[in-house]
Amino acid sequence: MNDKNKELHQNYVKKLTREKRLIRLTQLSILIFFFVMWEVATARQWLDPLLFSSPSRVWDLFLTRIQDGSLFTHTSVTLFETILGFILGTVIGTVVAGILWWSPFLSKVLDPYLVILNSMPKVALGPILIVGLGPGFTSIVAMGALISVVITIIVVYNAFRGVDGNYLKVINSFGATKRQSFFSVILPASYPTIISTLKVNVGLAWVGVIVGEFLVSKQGLGYMIVYGFQVFNFTMVMLSLIIIAILATCMYQLVELLERKLIHKHSN
Amino acid sequence: MAFLELKEVEKAFFSKETLTEAIKDISFSLEKGEFISIIGPSGCGKSTLLSLISGLILPTSGTIELDGIEIKRPTPETGYMLQQDYLFPWLSIEENITLGLKTMGKLTGETKTSALHLLEKMGLGDKAKHFPGELSGGMRQRVALVRMLSTDPKLLLLDEPFSALDYQTKLKLEDLVFSTIKEHKKTAILVTHDIGEAIAMSDRVILLNDRPGKIQRVFHIPSELKDLLPFEARNHATFNKWFQEVWKELESLER
Repeated sequence: MNDKNKELHQNYVKKLTREKRLIRLTQLSILIFFFVMWEVATARQWLDPLLFSSPSRVWDLFLTRIQDGSLFTHTSVTLFETILGFILGTVIGTVVAGILWWSPFLSKVLDPYLVILNSMPKVALGPILIVGLGPGFTSIVAMGALISVVITIIVVYNAFRGVDGNYLKVINSFGATKRQSFFSVILPASYPTIISTLKVNVGLAWVGVIVGEFLVSKQGLGYMIVYGFQVFNFTMVMLSLIIIAILATCMYQLVELLERKLIHKHSN
Repeated sequence: MAFLELKEVEKAFFSKETLTEAIKDISFSLEKGEFISIIGPSGCGKSTLLSLISGLILPTSGTIELDGIEIKRPTPETGYMLQQDYLFPWLSIEENITLGLKTMGKLTGETKTSALHLLEKMGLGDKAKHFPGELSGGMRQRVALVRMLSTDPKLLLLDEPFSALDYQTKLKLEDLVFSTIKEHKKTAILVTHDIGEAIAMSDRVILLNDRPGKIQRVFHIPSELKDLLPFEARNHATFNKWFQEVWKELESLER
């Protein structure tokens, strides 16, 4: 009886592994198929290679740009701006949410302004940022942060307010100060929400920084896209897009890793 | 002088449209080491009364004095136990039971050891490094009991602490809480809607009527019942008589 169950369990595990392998294989095939079709279609002129470039051209450009070092400069500039914008947006948003939680009066006063700022397309403020902060690094980072800060404030503040009042009752019965109840109840209880806003903010920071680079047009991957577009060098546009896709995915994965480290420990 | 004294306590809640009188004219006193229960129809302000005594909210009029000092804010002298355990899921059991000590700035090697010792006595010594999510409902409520006792309060406020548990766990925990409280010679107030629990555990049962809550009647439980463990008291010959009496009074209110 026991042996039979063991065997059944082993079969079950094998089935799971097989399924997982099949999923990975299919995923990989789709990727390869995409690049092969892209290459073939442009080589046979089904698609205009001038507009759609081709994987081999992108690869060649990648190699030359690595050798002359310019790709590294552009990529690291953009990556640095994005990470900074992302961190600033999240941290400032969370701090402001904390202040709003602290002062119900302030939160009531600021409520309509937050609604306006939230509905406003932040990239439209780009020109004003550039005029105010100068056409460069600062404006771009500000754009990356601005785009995520308002939504972070709103979501995190609601998470703070949504914390079950009985947890507060527990800590207040021990005579906790407001500061103590914030740091030992409100903030840790909201970690899951904060982490999920991090995930959204990764994407938003990329949008802000790329648009910022479009506008400033000095360096970075966003600049490479705009420049490539203007001089009709679509190989350069494609190369930037592929690099952005890879880096954005990596950042998202890092946040997920952080999530597993922070949350998994206690839930369950 | 009484250990805890309530004089004509009244509490009203305000909202934009309504004024709700939760409790009115509540006066009673409690001697050191006494265990009383407060029962009444739902919404009669039982929990409000506990929140008032704990100092979490203030009365609209009247005074509450603990050991001769008026209660105006939560004091370390009172411990609070809620309907559900409300252990912090992001803290380990050890961190949960020392939360009160930490908040009061009293966390030392010594107090921590005594909290852990108490946990051990509840049969949960091996769970100190676990997280609340890994424990059953009964275990979690025992941890909540340790958390309350860790700061060594003189007055314990129990707000329906057994109502979320299954019947068997509840009976066992009643005995455990009862004997722990007697052993540490604590004074306690239990709010419950379970008549049997009130009679089995306490020395006195205060029955409130509703909206606004006022004292309807006070039952003095005889020593042959109040000295027994709750489980034994439930099996005692006179238990049923008391149950019927409280039951009838409560029924008459709900009509």
